[in-house]
Amino acid sequence: MTQFKKGSKEFWIPYLFLLPNLLIFACFVIVPAVQGLAMACTDWSVFSAPRFVGLSNFVELSRDEVFWTTFRNTIVYSVLTVVCLIAVSLLLALLLSKGSVKGEHGFRAVFYIPSLLSMITVGIAWRFILGDEMGVVNYVLRQWGGEGVHWLTTGNLAMSSIIVVSIWTYAGYYMLIFISGLQAIPGELYEAARVDGAGPWYTFRKITLPMLSPTTLVVSILATISAFKAYELILTMTKGGPGYATKLIVQQVYESAFLEDRMGYASAMAIVLMLMIGAFTLVQFKISKGDGEQ
Amino acid sequence: MSNKNALASKSCISTTIIALLAIITLFPIVWVALSSFKPQSELFQVPMRFLPAHWTLENYIESLGRGDFPRYFANTAIVSVTSTVIAVVINIMAGYALAKYEFPGRRFCFTVMLATLMIPLQVIMIPIFLQLKRLGMLNSLWGIIIPPAATPTGVFLARQYMTTIPDSLVEASRIDGGGEFFTFRRIIVPIAKPIIATIAIFSFMWRWNDYLWPLIVISKQDRQTLQQALATFVGQLQINWSDLLAMTTITIIPVIAVFLAFQNFFMEGVTAGAVKG
Repeated sequence: MTQFKKGSKEFWIPYLFLLPNLLIFACFVIVPAVQGLAMACTDWSVFSAPRFVGLSNFVELSRDEVFWTTFRNTIVYSVLTVVCLIAVSLLLALLLSKGSVKGEHGFRAVFYIPSLLSMITVGIAWRFILGDEMGVVNYVLRQWGGEGVHWLTTGNLAMSSIIVVSIWTYAGYYMLIFISGLQAIPGELYEAARVDGAGPWYTFRKITLPMLSPTTLVVSILATISAFKAYELILTMTKGGPGYATKLIVQQVYESAFLEDRMGYASAMAIVLMLMIGAFTLVQFKISKGDGEQ
Repeated sequence: MSNKNALASKSCISTTIIALLAIITLFPIVWVALSSFKPQSELFQVPMRFLPAHWTLENYIESLGRGDFPRYFANTAIVSVTSTVIAVVINIMAGYALAKYEFPGRRFCFTVMLATLMIPLQVIMIPIFLQLKRLGMLNSLWGIIIPPAATPTGVFLARQYMTTIPDSLVEASRIDGGGEFFTFRRIIVPIAKPIIATIAIFSFMWRWNDYLWPLIVISKQDRQTLQQALATFVGQLQINWSDLLAMTTITIIPVIAVFLAFQNFFMEGVTAGAVKG
């Protein structure tokens, strides 16, 4: 690494290299993030000047039933999605990294494809497929003598459908991360386990899982952050309905800021969301550390 | 011998499971694409058919002729390409600074950038909106081109790659009398081609698929992007599925094409930095 003396002409060169990026970044991420904190303590609409109101936005939030519904939905959606995603993507990675399946690389590419599509197009595709009257899934069910199911228009089922679609979208992406984690586990460990006569389940629990735990942590943090952000998929599939059944905080933030024009109140909600993400990440670090010590 | 048979049958079971899952994975995409070639009368006809009975391009002709759609396509293409060019240039520069120079504030810059990866855009959407308004960037394509170009993930990938380039190369160029920017352009950039390609591909993809930035920045209809148009279209009470499916397919095609052309960059990019932006 090169280091220039302070006061020399070259001293500023690294800063010049960083400048364009830093400038945009400061302008559109750092400053807004700080402003967001301040805005949460104001009463603010587009047409009026912001008025300082202290913590009253947060007090109002705590009594806002719609907000609590979206809060609960966010937790249910995130926890279920992340847990199922880890299970499914790990399973795919295990099946596709041992050389036991023909055409491994082709299959990996296939599973990865959905994560390349925009969530808007994913939502449209699944809404088409899960339609009540005309969706192909219900058509097949009826052909088999069953009845059509209201996949997107009954409360719990709508949430489940969205979770399944989220898994469909991202499983292949996290699978790739798990595969690289699996490949980093030294083969001698498995060799030794086999010599000791350990069965596959025992080997998985005692070697694969512990060795994989840094990768699992990365996957679970990435998946959590992305689950807390889920907006486009829900917008296209259910718009948050039926009622408020699939509405998450992010959607409520957008609506109260841009449709109800309550910028300060929406900022307060955004901060609660941020704190939730922070708390979840922290818990994951703790769990992963605890596992390591056992 | 029996052991070999057991192994073979196990591999057979795994292959079957994987093949079934692969079919489930591909079905929605294939079904949407095939349905977009069905005439409107056939779309929801019972019994349903997998392949169109009468292949037709009428949905495509209709949606392309539908006033604004070519406009949305052009906007999206302009934004994706321009933003990608900017992203590559500034991310590579920043990555180089962070990897090859020691200077006060280096660690701080890097840490802050990575930390912001955790902030969902929605959380800072409101102040960003106000910022863009102050800068007069609302309803301008520049508003979706410039801000997302400074992606932390891009800087991270560039930095990781640059640290593997030996310092001696930089020093040799310096001894030969090459200035710092000359060294960057003539020595570093050619070596960094693979990571430049990776950043370019991912950035193109992110911008093409992006919905939130356009949602914040653009409200005028003729400046909208494909994703915005699709979202509006699916939000209507009476959805014209034939047209919507054709538009969706057109929107997906460039993404799949880029993926098929640069498959290896994708697979390596994901594992290199657990990429997401």
